[in-house]
Amino acid sequence: MAEQQYKITAETGIHARPATQLVNKAGQFESEVTLEYNGKSVNLKSIMGVMSLGVSQGAEVTIKAEGPDEQEAISALDEVMKQGLSE
Amino acid sequence: MSRKLTGIGASAGIAIAKAFRYEEPDLTVEKKTGVDVKKELQSLDAALEKSRAELEQIKEKTMNDLGEEHAEIFSAHLLVLSDPEFVDAVKQKVQDDEINASFALNEKADEFIMIFESMDNAYMKERAADIRDVSKRVLSHLLGKPIVSLAELDEEVIIVGEDLTPSDTAQLNKTYVKGFVTNIGGRTSHSAIMARSLEIPAVVGTKEVTSSTKQHGMVIVDGIDGTVIINPTEEELQTYRRKQEEFEEKKAEWAKLKDEPSVSADGHHVELAANIGTPEDLDGVKENGAEGVGLYRTEFLYMGRNELPTEEEQFKAYKAVAEGMNGRPVVIRTLDIGGDKELPYLDLPNEMNPFLGFRAIRLCLEMEDMFRTQLRALLRAGAFGNLKIMFPMIATLEEFRQAKALLDDEREKLKQEGTAAAEELEVGIMVEIPSTAVMAPQFAEEVDFFSIGTNDLIQYTMAADRMNERVSYLYQPYSPAILNLVKMVIDAAHAKGKWAGMCGEMAGDETAIPLLLGLGLDEFSMSATSILPARTQLLGLSKEEAASAAEEALQLRTSTEVQELVQERFIKK
Repeated sequence: MAEQQYKITAETGIHARPATQLVNKAGQFESEVTLEYNGKSVNLKSIMGVMSLGVSQGAEVTIKAEGPDEQEAISALDEVMKQGLSE
Repeated sequence: MSRKLTGIGASAGIAIAKAFRYEEPDLTVEKKTGVDVKKELQSLDAALEKSRAELEQIKEKTMNDLGEEHAEIFSAHLLVLSDPEFVDAVKQKVQDDEINASFALNEKADEFIMIFESMDNAYMKERAADIRDVSKRVLSHLLGKPIVSLAELDEEVIIVGEDLTPSDTAQLNKTYVKGFVTNIGGRTSHSAIMARSLEIPAVVGTKEVTSSTKQHGMVIVDGIDGTVIINPTEEELQTYRRKQEEFEEKKAEWAKLKDEPSVSADGHHVELAANIGTPEDLDGVKENGAEGVGLYRTEFLYMGRNELPTEEEQFKAYKAVAEGMNGRPVVIRTLDIGGDKELPYLDLPNEMNPFLGFRAIRLCLEMEDMFRTQLRALLRAGAFGNLKIMFPMIATLEEFRQAKALLDDEREKLKQEGTAAAEELEVGIMVEIPSTAVMAPQFAEEVDFFSIGTNDLIQYTMAADRMNERVSYLYQPYSPAILNLVKMVIDAAHAKGKWAGMCGEMAGDETAIPLLLGLGLDEFSMSATSILPARTQLLGLSKEEAASAAEEALQLRTSTEVQELVQERFIKK
């Protein structure tokens, strides 16, 4: 399993556009990908799951991937996360 | 038999076409048990596929017509369609309970809608609407009652509906939408403003058009005098076709004045400018021969989306307008949100009195980061044209000074960063609050210009909500009270060598124009389509006669007396 932690810096948190980008990216991989925040874990391939977390600015989140292409998934998602969304 | 309705003429012109009732089909479903599971799952897949194809089409159209920003919402809708947590759950439910797909879909959608609606964040609450939208679309296919969206129209129609929201009007295609009629709304409601900027005839506030119009029945819309005729007789059709031609001829007459200056019969020049909402409106501005942009409403950049626009996005939009106007003046109003214009993602609390509450400059001064971003974008765009900035809803000099200080601060920062920004840029205020009109002489010492926003100035002066039809009789632009306030502002500006403009509906109004000319207004900013008629009218007016009529009007006792005076002197000739 591969994982990576982030601190959300975007003023609006993980809202529509970044959420859309993350879900689209996650969907490209075979591995199971999850987003964890505040003790809850959701399927990162589910827009409704991601949005229902209500991740706001300052939140600390973890992305986990498990499967044949877990490393690739984590690094591709890392790219999306670093585009003004988190540090 | 034909039927005549009267509403408010929101956008001039005449349209004759079949009615398109814009409403939702009945999508109630009942639970069926013991169904053929395989068949249900197949029809669910087919419905999902159809919905996907539709959304792709709408997304592409929106992208082409309005740009990527507006199309984003549909990307989110598409993701809901392929959301494993949602779609798989529906399929699971069909299998486990052996029930119909439509019922399972409804139940699962409701579950998610509940989750989102129970969140205490307005933005997330709005997302519930997205899920509802998407599941309705799928459901409509499952039930074989497709929802026709406005973006998918492919024949000439007149849209008939309760009201049109900003996202509805964003989808309107002028090729097919010849006009629209709504039950509610007034001249200054969103749908009316959009109709004018799209230049399609519209009548709003008919109260009962939806209950009197049949799908595909003929409708005549007369946006000039606010008449709607349902099922017109052959005779009425002929009359209105003639009227339509006459209007077109008049328009052709006006068009000849496109490149002419705006001068009165006795040679007094004023500036006729246009009100715009987006850079796309510039085509209309040029076609209608505007001498500038007197009001660029920046709030449209912030609306119909899920997050604040970035500095770069704003800069691009402002620069496009600055460059597009080719050195002609462009007055940009900083964010005027609140009141009837909401931004769900700002998550502002509901107020008892939104028009008297936390809005416009009040909100911007509090949400300083957001405001600074806009100011930076404006300063940078200022390097590409003749931009002027104005702050909305200024009530006190302190507010103006505070806003101006932020602007100066950002200019200084840009300079230090070495980013190109406007060095000199006129900074003015909107005069919408009576206190500011009364204090105009003091303001004139510090601001570069005034722009009188009459829609709000009238509602605040008369203490009458302009959205409330029961007190609409108090919306009196010709009231001597309003005229006196307007005079105070113009005189105060001129005493300090500054200029005064007006960007409310009143500036393009046939009855008000002679009075405003007489009071010495320098700039009249209006819907683009009002410019050429106004220029035509101006050519026939003498400034001297207008000034003496205005002087008399200030002394009259009622709005009706003022109207009669103008009618007699300037209109019924």
